[in-house]
Amino acid sequence: MALFGRQPIAPLEYTRKLWMRSWVGATLLFLYAPLILLMVFSFNDSKRNVVWKGFTLKYYEKAFANESLVEAMVNSLTIALLATVFSVILGALAGVMLWRFRFPMKSAVEGVMSLPIIVPEICLGVAMLIFFARMDWPTGLPWPLNLSAITIAHITFCFPFVAMVVRSRMASFNREQEEAAKDLGASEWQTFRDILLPHMKPGLIAGALLAFTLSLDDFVITFFTSGPDTITFPVKVYSMVRFSVTPEVNAASTILIILTIVLTAVALKLQGVKGIAETH
Amino acid sequence: MAGALQDWRQHKRPFAAIVSAPIFWLVLFFLVPMGIVWLYSFGQNVGPAAIEITGTLDNYKRATEWLYLSIFLKSLAVAALVTFICLIVGFPVAMAITFATEKWRPWLLLAIMLPFWTNLLIRTYALMMLMGQNGYANKGLGAMWDGASWLRTLVGLQPLEAWTPVQLLYNNFAVVLGLVYVHLPFMVLPLYSALDRLDKSLIEASLDLGAGHFRTLMKIVVPLAGSGIAAGVMITLIPALGAYLTPDLMGGTDSQMIANVIERQFKRANDWPFGAALSFLLIYAMFALVALQSLRGSRAKVGAH
Repeated sequence: MALFGRQPIAPLEYTRKLWMRSWVGATLLFLYAPLILLMVFSFNDSKRNVVWKGFTLKYYEKAFANESLVEAMVNSLTIALLATVFSVILGALAGVMLWRFRFPMKSAVEGVMSLPIIVPEICLGVAMLIFFARMDWPTGLPWPLNLSAITIAHITFCFPFVAMVVRSRMASFNREQEEAAKDLGASEWQTFRDILLPHMKPGLIAGALLAFTLSLDDFVITFFTSGPDTITFPVKVYSMVRFSVTPEVNAASTILIILTIVLTAVALKLQGVKGIAETH
Repeated sequence: MAGALQDWRQHKRPFAAIVSAPIFWLVLFFLVPMGIVWLYSFGQNVGPAAIEITGTLDNYKRATEWLYLSIFLKSLAVAALVTFICLIVGFPVAMAITFATEKWRPWLLLAIMLPFWTNLLIRTYALMMLMGQNGYANKGLGAMWDGASWLRTLVGLQPLEAWTPVQLLYNNFAVVLGLVYVHLPFMVLPLYSALDRLDKSLIEASLDLGAGHFRTLMKIVVPLAGSGIAAGVMITLIPALGAYLTPDLMGGTDSQMIANVIERQFKRANDWPFGAALSFLLIYAMFALVALQSLRGSRAKVGAH
């Protein structure tokens, strides 16, 4: 056990010092205790949810039987999936554009591209609300077309993140490979498909995961763009928390936390723990 | 050089193919909506659903009245406090990750990032559950109180009166704690990436030459990691300033922040032009912060030469 080794602590082995370990431990406890408690109490057989009364799955049954909750979940996942696909395409193009070309007003374009990341969520939400109201964006369309406004808003704030990830990935690309391909007779498109795209792939995966979580996570912007029949999961949970705290919320939240963990595990499998650490 | 940029004029067709879609999207679904908000901020309500852009500055005048200005300043103060606490809590954590063994480092990073990926609303709700009137935070405090009371009887003093649960939620304290909880990972990750790039032999040299750990930290580590600290501060300060959800759910009547005021103009108060003006003031504040940061960055670069 290296962790509890008896060797004397070297000056730079800060991690082996007791106060440092307790500090990290306390921080992790602070970060995780509320989440773990929430998950544990979703199995609690008590309506008031403060004292442990015994194990039950009935709140999961209730959550799954709650049609509007399930619908909100389906909406959220649909939006996240659509937003991810579009964000990856737009983000990859934007990333390549910034990485590869010199063009007039490039720094202005770069600045504008980073704006959706910097501008506060509330302002972007407001802008989307006014925009869709002003455009007379059709409402009451059949599913999934009624989700278009929310999806568009999500793509707007997701794709600059993908562009950043892709651009930093492309920085390690060796241009000579591309030149070699062209010398050997590949067309512009073939070079893109067979040389650039494979190099870009880890960036695309990281960007896609980022876009998916950002979209699934978003409450504020969705809150401003959603209508009465386009409720997403965070908006639904918000109204449940606001008006009546029920163990159903715990059950639904636990399902989403598990989804996050599964996504993280997928990312781990695809990129390894180091790869994930590096993309952030 | 392998990384040389291509001039767009020599590659017009691929350039057009790559550029058009993202630029189109950015203009239509970002710049145009933002432009409309900007125009609305110079408008006024002329009917229940009609807004006329008259070029008036009344909305801005109203926004700088003390009532709104004080909320603005309070949001800034809360965001600054949250950032400061995150820095104090996060710095040792980032140090610990930097100096952890190869095997542990990625897992510690993952442990910091996992909450960052978890839904914001769920995290806020989880914290609210913990801090409720009958939650575990109150029970823990109660147990400590009882312990103190028992200690007092041990030394022959009167025992303390019975523990009454304190109100931990729906006040300013809850908002600050909630924001720290949510933003801590934002701070740790840039701090870590700055500390990771640091030349560790400099720390060793400082320690060898007789400086203590604290002195080394203040004189070597902090100046060298300055840009990372500034980045962490920015990444925490900006979203904390525009926070909506935490003050809305965890705050009391006196702890609303600027985002809550903006939201009210668009939902209940239905005063879109005024809300638009407030939004743009918040955006200008954000720009000022970013400009300050880049000024600092360029000065640091000049100083290095």
